[in-house]
Amino acid sequence: MLAYLVRRVGLAVITIWAITIVTFIILQLPPGDFVDAYVAQASAMGTAISAGEAAALRHAYGLDQSVWVQYYKWMAHIVHGEFGQSFEYGRPVTEVIGDRLWLTILLSIGAIIVTWGLALPIGIYSAVRQYSIGDYIFTFIGFVGLAVPNFLLALIIMYVGLRVFNVSVGGLFSSEFQLAPWSWAKVWDLAGHLPVPMLILALAGTAQLVRIMRANLLDELRRPYVVTARARGLSERRVIMKYPVRAALNPFASTIGYLLPYTVSGSVIISVVLSLPTVGPLLLHSLISQDMLLGSTIILMLGVLTVFGTLLSDLLLMWIDPRIRLGQLK
Amino acid sequence: MADEPILSVRDLHTHFFADEGVVRAVDGTSFDLHSGRTLGIVGESGCGKSVTAKSILRIVERPGRIVSGQIMLRRQNGSTVDLTTLPTDGREMRSIRGGEIGLVFQEPMSSLSAFHTIGNQLMEGIRLHKDLSKRAIREQAIELLNMVGIPRPAQRIDSYSFELSGGLRQRVMIAMALAAEPRVLIADEPTTALDVTTQAQILDLIRRLQQERDLAVMLITHDMGVIAEMADDVVVMYLGKEVEKGPVDEIFHAPRHPYTQSLLRSIPSVLAEPRSRLATITGSIPHPFARPGGCPFHPRCPDRHDVCEIIVPAEVVIGENHVTACHLYTKVPA
Repeated sequence: MLAYLVRRVGLAVITIWAITIVTFIILQLPPGDFVDAYVAQASAMGTAISAGEAAALRHAYGLDQSVWVQYYKWMAHIVHGEFGQSFEYGRPVTEVIGDRLWLTILLSIGAIIVTWGLALPIGIYSAVRQYSIGDYIFTFIGFVGLAVPNFLLALIIMYVGLRVFNVSVGGLFSSEFQLAPWSWAKVWDLAGHLPVPMLILALAGTAQLVRIMRANLLDELRRPYVVTARARGLSERRVIMKYPVRAALNPFASTIGYLLPYTVSGSVIISVVLSLPTVGPLLLHSLISQDMLLGSTIILMLGVLTVFGTLLSDLLLMWIDPRIRLGQLK
Repeated sequence: MADEPILSVRDLHTHFFADEGVVRAVDGTSFDLHSGRTLGIVGESGCGKSVTAKSILRIVERPGRIVSGQIMLRRQNGSTVDLTTLPTDGREMRSIRGGEIGLVFQEPMSSLSAFHTIGNQLMEGIRLHKDLSKRAIREQAIELLNMVGIPRPAQRIDSYSFELSGGLRQRVMIAMALAAEPRVLIADEPTTALDVTTQAQILDLIRRLQQERDLAVMLITHDMGVIAEMADDVVVMYLGKEVEKGPVDEIFHAPRHPYTQSLLRSIPSVLAEPRSRLATITGSIPHPFARPGGCPFHPRCPDRHDVCEIIVPAEVVIGENHVTACHLYTKVPA
């Protein structure tokens, strides 16, 4: 068991290292670099930048060196916990990302909890009462939820919120707190703003998980061990909650691995629509302006989040499934 | 057989209501279970044996439902109750499941949850029916495992089902069925999934426990050999109907119904001529939605008459406690 853990953690570290290389290569792939984008932007604003100035800028940013030298320098800094300067903002990348990271993680974990909280009971209900009216209604809503892009849902909720309830749904803070330092009042304000984006982020994942839970549980409900549990004199509710639901939980644990990064990267458009101060819109922007260090740092963070999420779900699976814990299932 | 039966099933009908039509899984069966005796129920797959067992415990899955009939259980306090009238998930029915009637199911491989230790599931069975302390329940569970012949029960109680062999799992299942000291044990194909040596051990175990506890055993099987070894009385079922029923000696030595006769002919024998063909029953079980009219066995019956296609034969008393449902023995002119 300990050996298993050590192996998993070791693999995670190697995976993250591989991610840094891939990240860096991908970011070099589009034609041009940050200075080209900068020059184009400046000339669009009516300021001409000479070739000499551009070359000076390249030298200043280290863009005139080979990819490998750039990668080596970047890595050397990361190992020391420095992520470099954002070209565009002229400030350290960590500072630019700043609070956005914590808000993103808060929002993601909240969205996962909402997803589970909705999907688990609905999935159980749909399986146990298969083909009932309730099952059909949830199935219908589920398919609509899967089919409708959730940025559209975000737009609709914003529109309804503004028109019907006269509340602005966008953002995570009221305007007076936007730039204010952290205080209890600001936290309270945040708590009031969180539920709507959390719910929107959660819905697509929920629809998917309900389908998975329903299918799994339907399989398990017909297993002989359910019949024997019933024959022991256990009440129907206890039978279902203790045995088949437990067996159907495995996919839930596995979802953490992809839900964590999904709520960050999959939420880019929603975050833009709802103007949420999260990492997603920042990533989009850094890719457009070819802000190398900012972009790579964010993608690296997503990678770490994925690896960490997978590790977390592996551990969770070991905890809930004795067959994995005792090495029966490989 | 002077004593009153513990459980009597009277004219039980359990049907499944599917979109394609109604499947009459159990279509009129009656029998009695007595303390200390074993009733064998035989028939091919799909003839309603398991559904009969599930009907008695009221755990028939939807869309199945008991349509008519009675299941009278003489309870430990002396009162008699008709199980078909009880709510399936009600307190009384739940106290009967496990408490008065134990079930051993046919698949030891998948009849135990892989997510819980066998002790967890075994102790649950005790806890549901007895008011005991945690420690007493655990001691009793270890005692039960010991009783069914599991080596090192104090350690095995914390193992998972996938760590045990098929034979050991079936022993655990028997311990579980008897956890709350029921007086009736229903064993649904208890040895089908096991190899021959293990089969014999499990049957011995059931017989030993029956003697120790004066159990009424209902043994469901398709194996005539198991019936010969274990049963006192036999019910032969075909397509949900009982076609013949009587004491085991009469069934084996003087079978009356053509179906029983064919079943007995198709047992391989060491005395048979070497390399001779094994007798089989012609045809196969009809599709549940295409049930033949008249006697359900007539399309496969070697002794069929015209009347068999039209009229369902009534049960005829042949001898003491021996009845069969066949036109060969009725007074209807053939």
